[in-house]
Amino acid sequence: MKRLVVPLFVLLSVVGLVASTFAVFTQTPLSVNFNEDGSLVGTSLFYNQKIFYFHVAHAFWLFGAVFVAGVCSILYLVKRSPKWDDIALASVEVAVAFGAVVLVTGSIWAKAAWDVWWNTEPRLTMSLLLWLILMGYVLVRRFAGPSADRIAAGMAIFGMVGVPFIYKMVGQDSHPAAGTKGVVATLDAGMRGPFWMCVATFLCWFIALVVYRVQGTRAERELRELRERGMDLGVLS
Amino acid sequence: MRDSPRLIDRVQVAKVAKRFGGERALAGVSLELTARSMCALLGHNGAGKTTLLGILSTLVRPSSGSVAYRAGGAGIAGEAVRRQIGMLAHASLCYSELTARENLALFAGLYDVDASAAALDAVLDRVGLEARARDRVARTYSRGMVQRLALARALLTKPSLLLLDEPFTGLDRGGAIALGAELAALRDAGAIVIVVTHDLEAIAGRADHVAILRRGSLVFEERGAYDYEQLKDLYHQHAN
Amino acid sequence: MSLLRQAARVAGKDLRIELRSREIVYTMAFFGGLLAVVYTFAFPQDKRAILGSVPGMLWVTIAFTGTIGLGRAFDRERENDTMRALLLAPVPRLAVFLGKAISIAVLVLAVAAVVAPLLALFLNAPLFAHPGPFVLVVVLGVLGFSVVGTVFAATLLKVRSRDVLLPVILYPLLIPLFVAGTETTAALVAERPDFAAAWYWIKFLGIYDAVFLVLSLWIFESLVIE
Repeated sequence: MKRLVVPLFVLLSVVGLVASTFAVFTQTPLSVNFNEDGSLVGTSLFYNQKIFYFHVAHAFWLFGAVFVAGVCSILYLVKRSPKWDDIALASVEVAVAFGAVVLVTGSIWAKAAWDVWWNTEPRLTMSLLLWLILMGYVLVRRFAGPSADRIAAGMAIFGMVGVPFIYKMVGQDSHPAAGTKGVVATLDAGMRGPFWMCVATFLCWFIALVVYRVQGTRAERELRELRERGMDLGVLS
Repeated sequence: MRDSPRLIDRVQVAKVAKRFGGERALAGVSLELTARSMCALLGHNGAGKTTLLGILSTLVRPSSGSVAYRAGGAGIAGEAVRRQIGMLAHASLCYSELTARENLALFAGLYDVDASAAALDAVLDRVGLEARARDRVARTYSRGMVQRLALARALLTKPSLLLLDEPFTGLDRGGAIALGAELAALRDAGAIVIVVTHDLEAIAGRADHVAILRRGSLVFEERGAYDYEQLKDLYHQHAN
Repeated sequence: MSLLRQAARVAGKDLRIELRSREIVYTMAFFGGLLAVVYTFAFPQDKRAILGSVPGMLWVTIAFTGTIGLGRAFDRERENDTMRALLLAPVPRLAVFLGKAISIAVLVLAVAAVVAPLLALFLNAPLFAHPGPFVLVVVLGVLGFSVVGTVFAATLLKVRSRDVLLPVILYPLLIPLFVAGTETTAALVAERPDFAAAWYWIKFLGIYDAVFLVLSLWIFESLVIE
């Protein structure tokens, strides 16, 4: 049963991806603006705007992953059971990948919308900052030696607690707004369906990757414990 | 007026294991230490001795298993346990930038014991730290003097559980004998002493309890008096 | 309260040692002063550019000198494994945490007290135009830095790559603190000071400090005991 989890979620992701892409390209309105005389406005985004669907969906789960990692790290420090640490580590690693997608797609959008590959635009900066915290976590795990799990857990918790401050710090900007008055809530009806489909798709993808990674870590640990048992019994050397 | 401190007279180590990341440092060690005994904890480097000592000192949390400290039949925990622990390690655990008196005054304050000049001098007399050095910063001390200061720090608080990690390293034969005698005296006065060491000669004839670790497991444990030859044999037999 | 008394004892010990050798505070202050000199050469001299960049210069200097001070202060505890002696003592481990955090905050504030006037002097920047809010934001910023910095510097004490890992961990986590500091400073040195913005960011920093202090108090023992 457990072995089916990853293939199931991968399948869901693939189905979702196909369906979402289809929906995004056929059902959502094209981003064009017309002047009064009926001619096209030069800065219309056209198809570039569609990247919004993938960009925001990944950003959703980037933030989600930070909270998962933070909560699992708290549970790990309190209960000291390795399974929480496994989930935290896997979430962070997947979040690093998702974060890279957010930054790259955001950059593409920025180029299309504002003609710069990057600016110090706050929400992009916020994603970068989160990504740096996550990368710090990965570096600590790799290079901090035997107590790396504990130190990284501390970092994840501080990072999670810092997210509201990072959010507040960002403030007003040129980035499309978020929150109840923001872009998501005021989406046109035509955009809403495909948007949530994208979000759900990437959730399945996130779950698939995390579970896959956790299973791998757990298998490594079981192998190591078996080996230790063998050495204790004198069967292995 | 404070109650007289509850002295530790028994330490029960129950199936203590410790993993650091992927590595297993200790695997299910069970051991009992009692008052008025000196235990020699032996084994190769990496066998887990320092980790076990760390766990006994409450500075390392076991991955599984537990350690129970008992004083007069009742269990004690937390700060009450730490109050009873004295530690002597290879490092001096003292501040180089402070004088001997300042170091002892600091720890006397932290442990809430008599910090009067008379009390501090009494301890420094006992370990034989010369009077002229007591008001010089520890950075100026010779190795022997540093070790005396470290011993004074450990004895200042009158510990009932004394943990020693390679205390004989760097001592000459005379110094090792003197330290061994001091530890035996403390043991005879009722303390629980546990010594991690490679110096079998120094501990021979003093320890009345031997425990040998190999690759994280307790492979030998026995109470009795051992001379140097016996210890050597036991070590070669079990530690490999 | 015994916790505070013991924390004061730990902090007092650190400050006495520092007063005796003054090693950390001299090297930090010198480095800070050096940075101020570097800025005067590295950045254009026109007034608007300076007013725009002085807040950043001040807080970057605090960050860098603070990290050096943090590292050096804990190097002292590693020297003879005295950190182990402190954690072994029958005092609440939080007393050790608070004591170290306080002593580091004092050191960094002492250096800030040297660097800020230097910057104001070399760059002709009106940092002290509104001393009340300015001093307040520097104090709050340094306190927050010391609290979070102490947690991780103590945790990394025995780790081999601690010198490089400490900034890697600290800086991203402290960015809201530094942004609040620079925004307040910028609001105060502007030709038309924006007090509303300044107080907004000071409040932000106050909340940040309070939240992270509570978190640090909760988490310190779990991180520092192996």
